[in-house]
Amino acid sequence: MKIGILVSAGPYTHQANDSAYLFARAAIAKGHTVDRVFFYHDGVNTANRLTEPPQDDRNVTARWSALAAEHKIDLVVCVAAALRRGIKDEILAPGFRISGLGQLIDIGMKADRLVVFGD
Amino acid sequence: MAEATQAKKAGPKKFALVNRRAPHGTIYALEALEVVLIAATFDQDVSLVFLDDGVYALVKGQKTTSIEVKNFSPTFRALDDYDINKLYVERESLQRRGIDAENLLVPVEVLDAKQIGELLAQQDVVLSF
Repeated sequence: MKIGILVSAGPYTHQANDSAYLFARAAIAKGHTVDRVFFYHDGVNTANRLTEPPQDDRNVTARWSALAAEHKIDLVVCVAAALRRGIKDEILAPGFRISGLGQLIDIGMKADRLVVFGD
Repeated sequence: MAEATQAKKAGPKKFALVNRRAPHGTIYALEALEVVLIAATFDQDVSLVFLDDGVYALVKGQKTTSIEVKNFSPTFRALDDYDINKLYVERESLQRRGIDAENLLVPVEVLDAKQIGELLAQQDVVLSF
């Protein structure tokens, strides 16, 4: 099954962001494909490569980047939400790109399921 | 598999945007509206559903000057220009808040909770903000 994911919760405050990652990993392990993850609202903070959690904590941004590199997942950050929060090209973590809401609609059209994480 | 995917791309999909929050206090109602406008430019079959405090988004006479944020409620009147005219409001949510559907900004279809459930079950994509 082709799966698209919408993440609207920011990293570290809400578990939804972690749940989206764990869901993506589990879906891929089951043989599904995750073509695109779209980050909206505070979810765009996930793309900030300057984030530096304590060493004994998971690194939300880095593990999205790693998963994307391994499985060719398109990590898209909503441009309007990103610019409001100072998320710009120069601080994007590997695998993330900034684009418009059209990318969310596009994956909604192409995927068999669009799964939403966040409140 | 590839052929099935191609076939699905052909027709528009049914997108429902579910608004559950008050228009101000969080950005969700405004950003749901942004998604609606973009979905319309992709020629998708778009419905808006208003539940819980989301029904306040459609109340007439909003003034946001004192909280210094944009009053985006007039945008709901422009939706018809984008051929978006499927607006559904849950009856129970209106009743609990003492809102009369006659006093909303735009014409809507009032459905009870069960009918809203049936409507959402028919959608391809449900985005709830």
